[in-house]
Amino acid sequence: MFMYKIAVIGDKDSILGFKALGISVFPTADIREASRTIHRLAKDKYAVIFITEQLARELDETIKSYEDSLTPAIILIPNNRGTLGLGMKGVKSSVERAIGADILFGKEGR
Amino acid sequence: MARLNVNPTRMELTGLKKRLKTAQRGHKLLKDKQDELMKKFIDMVRKNKELREIVEAELTQAFKNFLIARAVMSSEVLEEAIMYPTQKVSLELSTKNIMSVNSPILKLIKEDNRENAGVYPYGLATTSGELDGAIISLQEVMDKMIELAQVEKTCQLMAREIEKTRRRVNALEYVMIPQLIETVKYITMKLDENERGNRVRLMKVKEIVGDRT
Repeated sequence: MFMYKIAVIGDKDSILGFKALGISVFPTADIREASRTIHRLAKDKYAVIFITEQLARELDETIKSYEDSLTPAIILIPNNRGTLGLGMKGVKSSVERAIGADILFGKEGR
Repeated sequence: MARLNVNPTRMELTGLKKRLKTAQRGHKLLKDKQDELMKKFIDMVRKNKELREIVEAELTQAFKNFLIARAVMSSEVLEEAIMYPTQKVSLELSTKNIMSVNSPILKLIKEDNRENAGVYPYGLATTSGELDGAIISLQEVMDKMIELAQVEKTCQLMAREIEKTRRRVNALEYVMIPQLIETVKYITMKLDENERGNRVRLMKVKEIVGDRT
């Protein structure tokens, strides 16, 4: 069994704290650089990549391309300016993909 | 409904009947799989939603703490303080098969470089108490984040599998099976018709032969 690593991509201010926990941190604000980083990390034994929503907003295609593979799991996290609700939207879209209608969010009126 | 382009022979009929039976069996099995997947998926996605809410709230809080820590310390000191982490985290990945979906099981493994060093990679002299708090809160949210990663990935993979299964079920239910039924019917009709034609001809022949004698 391989040991996998965790990575965080995002703006420096938000994610610097993760470095203290021993997680690989890739601070960037540039979309293309972030995209390149994701592709590089995906090949390189990273099982989970956390990425801030601010960056993920522009990286839809890159993230979608890894949606169907086992690793890496690309997970959106809010940054220090709060959440954009993109992560929730991701959950919602997978519900819609599977069931064809939104049953989780619509009914409860959220 | 379009029928398959086949010769109306008895041999084709047997083959088609066999195919129809297989298609129906496959359809039933796939339908069962789809139902079960759906059930599991709904549970999973509920969990996903709850976890995400928790993680987002806690993470926002942790970031706030960190922001304050940055505010009270100069960024050089702060960066220096956390530059070299004491602990190394890695993930153990195994897979679990849920209804033919290979879903990941992630386990967080922490290794300390030094004994009893704790979470803090720095000495306490130059850093502020706020940083300690911020790192503790990040540490706490980490486990949940990994769990979220696992659940969310599973949901994505299951969603894909459900979509695929549904497509197959529909293809069988609305295209394959009606087509086969239609074709079987067509061949049966044709064979029956031939049979009747043959019988009439025989009767006619008999009549003619009877008249002659």
